Amino acid sequence: MRALEPWVVEPLQTFLTESSARLILLMTTSGQVVAQHGFARSFEVMTAAALGSAIVASTEELARLMGAPRFAAVVHGGAELSCLLAAFGTPRGRWIGLVVFGPETSVGLVQLFFDQMVEDLVGAAPREPAAAPMLAENFERELNASLKELFGR
Amino acid sequence: MSPANSALERVTKVPGIRGSLLISATDGLVVAERLMDGIDGRATAALAGSLLQRLGRATAGAGMQVPTFVHLRANSGSILAAAGQNDLVLVALAGLDANLGLARLEMLDAVGRLS
Repeated sequence: MRALEPWVVEPLQTFLTESSARLILLMTTSGQVVAQHGFARSFEVMTAAALGSAIVASTEELARLMGAPRFAAVVHGGAELSCLLAAFGTPRGRWIGLVVFGPETSVGLVQLFFDQMVEDLVGAAPREPAAAPMLAENFERELNASLKELFGR
Repeated sequence: MSPANSALERVTKVPGIRGSLLISATDGLVVAERLMDGIDGRATAALAGSLLQRLGRATAGAGMQVPTFVHLRANSGSILAAAGQNDLVLVALAGLDANLGLARLEMLDAVGRLS
């Protein structure tokens, strides 16, 4: 597991152990990766983060058009692999979790322990204010530093 | 009343039964529920569904048929589960004072009528 912030690790590890999920990616709503487990290459992480945040943005806009509150989660069910995508509030802003799981577990279990993980993350998050928005000139350097932290290279 | 709610009502009428749910075993999700306050149906469905899936795999691995009825006994009560068709499972939460024999009969009959 790789995480940019150490306090994220324990709730994430508990979730993985309890839910038997295969992959997880935590990101901000802008697609910035916070933590990941199971992805082998940085390209996969960045692509999944971009697609995941875009899907959440699309569903939230769809909910707005329908006059409904935000959808709690999106689940794509498959025969071999399924995917749960859910946004949630933290003291560090709104985050998105993308979870990939197989038939060895169930969507009910994944949702149950995902909600527990969200509670744990909210409880564990430092109450200090979030970092200032990233400056455009620092973006590439920050991105490379984040990838190096997440993949150890 | 829908067949699902009718099945739940029959089971919850048994003395000592604190609630019942109809769940999708593969997904671990609630299809219908009739529970006392304070019982988390979502967690029950997810964990009971997982238990049944694992028991099914274990019995299949041992060359036996998938269990049709499961009784999980704990210190403060029991969880009963009767498997039906189309991946549906009828789950009941029983207190220590519950009439488990009657509950079993009602559950097996109710789940048979659901198919």
